[in-house]
Amino acid sequence: MRVGVFICHCGSNIAGTVDVAKVAEEARKMPGVAYATDYMYTCSEPGQKEITDAIERDKLDRVVVAACSPRMHENTFRRTIMKAGLNRYFFEQANIREHVSWIGLDKELNTTKAIEEVRMAVAKVMKNKPLFSSSFKINKRVLVIGGGVAGMQAAIDCADGGLEVVMVEKSPSIGGMMARLDKTFPTVDCSICILGPKMVDVAQHDLIKLHAYSEIAEIKGYVGNYQVKIRKKPTYVDWTKCTGCGLCMEKCPTKNAYDHFNFGAAPTRAINIPFPQAIPKKATIDPNYCRQFVKGKCGVCAKVCPTGAINYEMQDEFITEEVGAIITATGYGLMDVEKLTEYGGGRYPDVISGIQYERFLNASGPTSGHIIRPSDHEEPKTIVFVSCAGSRDKSCGVPYCSNFCCMYIAKQAILTKDHIPDSQSYVFYMDIRSPGKGYDEFTRRAQEEYGAKYIRGRVSRIYPKGKKMVVKGADTLLGTQVEIEADLVVLATAVVSAPDAGQMAEKLHISYDTFGFYVESHPKLRPVETNTSGVYLAGCCQGPKDIPASVGQGSAAAAKVLSLFSKDMLESDPAIAQVNTNNCVGCLKCLKTCPFQAIVEDTLRSGKKVAKVIETVCAGCGVCTSTCPCGAIQLQHFTDNQLLAEVNAICQK
Amino acid sequence: MSEVAPKELRIVGFLCNWCSYGGADTAGVGRFKQPTDLRIIRVPCSGRVDPMFVVRALLTGADGVLVSGCHPRDCHYTDGNFYARRRLEMLKRLLPFMGIDDRRFHYTWVSASEGQKWQQVVTGFTNQVHALGPMHQK
Repeated sequence: MRVGVFICHCGSNIAGTVDVAKVAEEARKMPGVAYATDYMYTCSEPGQKEITDAIERDKLDRVVVAACSPRMHENTFRRTIMKAGLNRYFFEQANIREHVSWIGLDKELNTTKAIEEVRMAVAKVMKNKPLFSSSFKINKRVLVIGGGVAGMQAAIDCADGGLEVVMVEKSPSIGGMMARLDKTFPTVDCSICILGPKMVDVAQHDLIKLHAYSEIAEIKGYVGNYQVKIRKKPTYVDWTKCTGCGLCMEKCPTKNAYDHFNFGAAPTRAINIPFPQAIPKKATIDPNYCRQFVKGKCGVCAKVCPTGAINYEMQDEFITEEVGAIITATGYGLMDVEKLTEYGGGRYPDVISGIQYERFLNASGPTSGHIIRPSDHEEPKTIVFVSCAGSRDKSCGVPYCSNFCCMYIAKQAILTKDHIPDSQSYVFYMDIRSPGKGYDEFTRRAQEEYGAKYIRGRVSRIYPKGKKMVVKGADTLLGTQVEIEADLVVLATAVVSAPDAGQMAEKLHISYDTFGFYVESHPKLRPVETNTSGVYLAGCCQGPKDIPASVGQGSAAAAKVLSLFSKDMLESDPAIAQVNTNNCVGCLKCLKTCPFQAIVEDTLRSGKKVAKVIETVCAGCGVCTSTCPCGAIQLQHFTDNQLLAEVNAICQK
Repeated sequence: MSEVAPKELRIVGFLCNWCSYGGADTAGVGRFKQPTDLRIIRVPCSGRVDPMFVVRALLTGADGVLVSGCHPRDCHYTDGNFYARRRLEMLKRLLPFMGIDDRRFHYTWVSASEGQKWQQVVTGFTNQVHALGPMHQK
């Protein structure tokens, strides 16, 4: 066996704290090593040529590169050795950057560690076997979860590219958060006017199938071939008959139902259509408030409905869709104002959240676009906006910045002046974060042209005084305490992950961070991919972002799916479990532990009962290999022998 | 110079590719300084770690073994880490019967974004093993 070892300097990233020449020298002494060298940038073109040349010149049959993390460059070097005619699994990468040179400053200890990392990689590569991928057909349909602006953009782009799209939206209408906004910054363009055409596109596109008021129940399969079970929640209205006339909503005697669309800014009817531009524009009954469900008698909507669409007996309906890729655009949630006790959130009616204020501003909102104080329905004259209500506050569990609040507060201050010309807005802020195109000019306009008074400092307490709310805070620029008697207080509540983000991630087998936001494959270079191939991210499910960024990610995710589907066949990963039928005793413990049901019982011609791996289903976790009592089932590329060779390389010196 | 650098001990780490190996990478990228005793073996899932690997390492020369995977319910392979947890907890209780101090073995969960946590895990475990001293007399 002739192993070639290439030690990368990575500029000074590795060579700065590791004696790379010594590592190469020690590598030359290792059993099996025929050639070892160090090079400035092994991943560069001349660096890769160095490898291919050495393979030819020194008749190398295995290659070890000691450089950065294999999560960075394993594929680069696998391709390099393939070009030189070697099987790509005759390669191992020792991580001497992230795991050595970057975490210790002692050159001597680092060098010893790097030598041992190389020793392990050499031991492993000598046990490696050539593996070959097989190819399988892909189902060129895509599932988009979430019908907000990011999901809609992704769906439209995929469908325009000729793909069939299945869109699942959990609420009765698509549109997401953007449909709730009155205007958008920094153009002060009408939100629904620019979103509406997109919603209509989704509804009318021949290739987009919309399942509104539905949820993902279960996802099975793998990239190219997913089976998705969708639960259509009961709306208690037959949508094939409902014309969206709204008569039921007018006559419904329950007037205190929670309005999810308006974030509880005002109560609504138990049967309702969320907003005039809703798509689909159909009514839904909320059984938590409907008298027919709560008291067992009413039936007013059934009596007035001109098409007889009401059906109180409706049950969950399950359907299955088969797709090849999934775009996750499940959006975000907002911190409950009740969590902000020092601001009196939830206790005082005149302390409201930014999204509720947005609904008051909106012409289709609960007050038809008139700004009111919820307590006495009077027009407020002094309005205080509190930014970072929960955000950038470790004690609230949200240490991050919610991204777009600075901008929407500026917008709301501008709109307030437009609605009530004799009003005065105050904005408490920590920092004004306005890094987008035209954003900083916009926040200045709010101050200079619209006279919003910006106070740098945090609010400590809000309490009522007669009809007013007293906002107590600090002005850190003047170094004084300030007290403002306000008519209305608007809290820019923190952006948090969607309430069911965790469960959704578990269904999709993708990771999420401590805050519930989904983790992309690489923070800089793979922003819409996840570590699960075939699952992509778009919009705020990955982290707080504004509309242009969400739309951009939606298009990016669609482009990823289109490029994935530009092939008819996909290559499978050959690093999967394999059964040695001679050793298998047919106990089938592996079958019980496999998380993917990739193992089935098989009978050989001799009549012997053995386990069999379904190649396309196996994901390569290796749980079966550690379960097997006789070592008969082995995860390729991570076999017992290969891993023990690494253990021995460290322990038996 | 009166102080002699403390001698390195041999610690083997089995890290799952998706979370903890990524977490160790994140720690590196963030330059979170760590003791140098640990040698990392990459496995696809903590569920791939056969308790036999741990015992073999401890019996043949390691002074400590660390296993780290994805947080429970956040496994790339749905529930590989649940199998790992059962096996490794069992192993931890079994080690004293083999004459091995169970403080030489630690299993934990570190996600790909938790670079700082990884630093704490490595530092904590390395100190713990150093407090016990070398396992094998040379």
